[in-house]
Amino acid sequence: MAKLKIALYWAASCGGCEIATLAIHEKILKLAEVADIVFWPVGLDFKYADVERMEDNSVDACLFNGAIRNEENEYMAKLLRAKSKIMIAYGSCAYEGCIPGLSNFYNRQLTFDRVYIETPSTENPKKIFPQTKVKVPEGELDIPEFYDTVKTLAQTVDVDYFVPGCPPEERTTWLALEALISGKLPPKGTVISHSVKALCEECPRTREEKKVKKFYRPYEIIPDPEKCLLEQGLLCYGIATRGGCGALCPQANMPCTGCYGPVEGVIDQGAHFLGALSSIIDSNDPEEIQRIIDDIPDPAGTFYRYSLPDSLLRRARIK
Amino acid sequence: MDNFEPKIVAFCCNWCSYAGADLAGTSRMQCPSAIRIIRVMCSGRVSPFLVLKALSVGADGVLILGCHPGDCHYIEGNYKTLRRIPLLKKMLKQLGIEEERVRLEWVSASEGARFTEVTNSFTQSIKNLGSSTLGHLKQSSKEVKHG
Repeated sequence: MAKLKIALYWAASCGGCEIATLAIHEKILKLAEVADIVFWPVGLDFKYADVERMEDNSVDACLFNGAIRNEENEYMAKLLRAKSKIMIAYGSCAYEGCIPGLSNFYNRQLTFDRVYIETPSTENPKKIFPQTKVKVPEGELDIPEFYDTVKTLAQTVDVDYFVPGCPPEERTTWLALEALISGKLPPKGTVISHSVKALCEECPRTREEKKVKKFYRPYEIIPDPEKCLLEQGLLCYGIATRGGCGALCPQANMPCTGCYGPVEGVIDQGAHFLGALSSIIDSNDPEEIQRIIDDIPDPAGTFYRYSLPDSLLRRARIK
Repeated sequence: MDNFEPKIVAFCCNWCSYAGADLAGTSRMQCPSAIRIIRVMCSGRVSPFLVLKALSVGADGVLILGCHPGDCHYIEGNYKTLRRIPLLKKMLKQLGIEEERVRLEWVSASEGARFTEVTNSFTQSIKNLGSSTLGHLKQSSKEVKHG
């Protein structure tokens, strides 16, 4: 049997997903037996021109991580889509927008103002911003256009599978790779994870009644290691997050932050967390309810930490 | 914005507010035509998802009407709504959506007059605010340029 051809690419991402692909440890040898990597900017010296020269549909699968925030990301997403039989949104950025997607609370100009002017370590008295084209003695240089709105991969090209996680856990990565290697592929559009249910299903903590009088931020308390973190007033996102990671954060006494995305069938993870969370506020008095809500300083950023571009509203409205 | 006719979604609970709307109708009280009523079993059923969905497909305002506190047919469904809406409003504000676009009110089955009063005042406040301009999300995959 001919070896599988696999391409890996990173768009707007931190690089964590690249490390996550290597976190399969010795299984990488098994992967190398059955697959050739034909494109991988982080690890191998291929150029974009090499990809452009490939035949359409000549790559068996592309693991694409990172969100789409500029022209280059979009170009590569479209190029790799054309060259690949299977397109996999690998990791939370490609799947839901993730941390780069938080810049959808701002637009290009506000982002540039912050980055190139306001940051304390920046000195830019002439207010120079990146330009898409600039003339230098040697000719004209161009850099990709930076978009106002960060998009997910599926908002840009047709995507076959999604692998959740920031970054995906080793077992989740291997589940996806195993499916590729064995050829036993799930239906198109599947979010590949060991679970379709909420993270609480696999969390070993004891759950009693959920009633909360005060919310805490993680640095404010040392939580009981046995009891449900949400019941202790920490914003644990497990109730609105797909399981499959093995509940690693709650087992390290840290609340889940929701990186595996919504449970099966849910469209807007943030809205569902908001609904579930506010229901457990232990008060029927409007003023007290307001006081308890005031404990949550940044609801939008907390509820949409990983999914703002993939949410119903996709971004904040800037006036 | 003189000719602006807002689109308003009003979620009415089956046991109190929908009956209140019915009473307003049978009593021939004038209600604004901007209101589109959606009957739900309980205001507690109105998940924030439904409110965001309404806004994202072009509603200029969303009204949630339920039984008065203490009167809920399901005992405490409306208390869940009472806790949910303030947090939703706080989040909407961060997303650049005026919190006045979402309003929670209590209307009982006997309060036909109150139903007209609430719907009229809400419609007026949405008219003052203007269009939400979120209707573009209907064309889901299109890029929207801001600023």
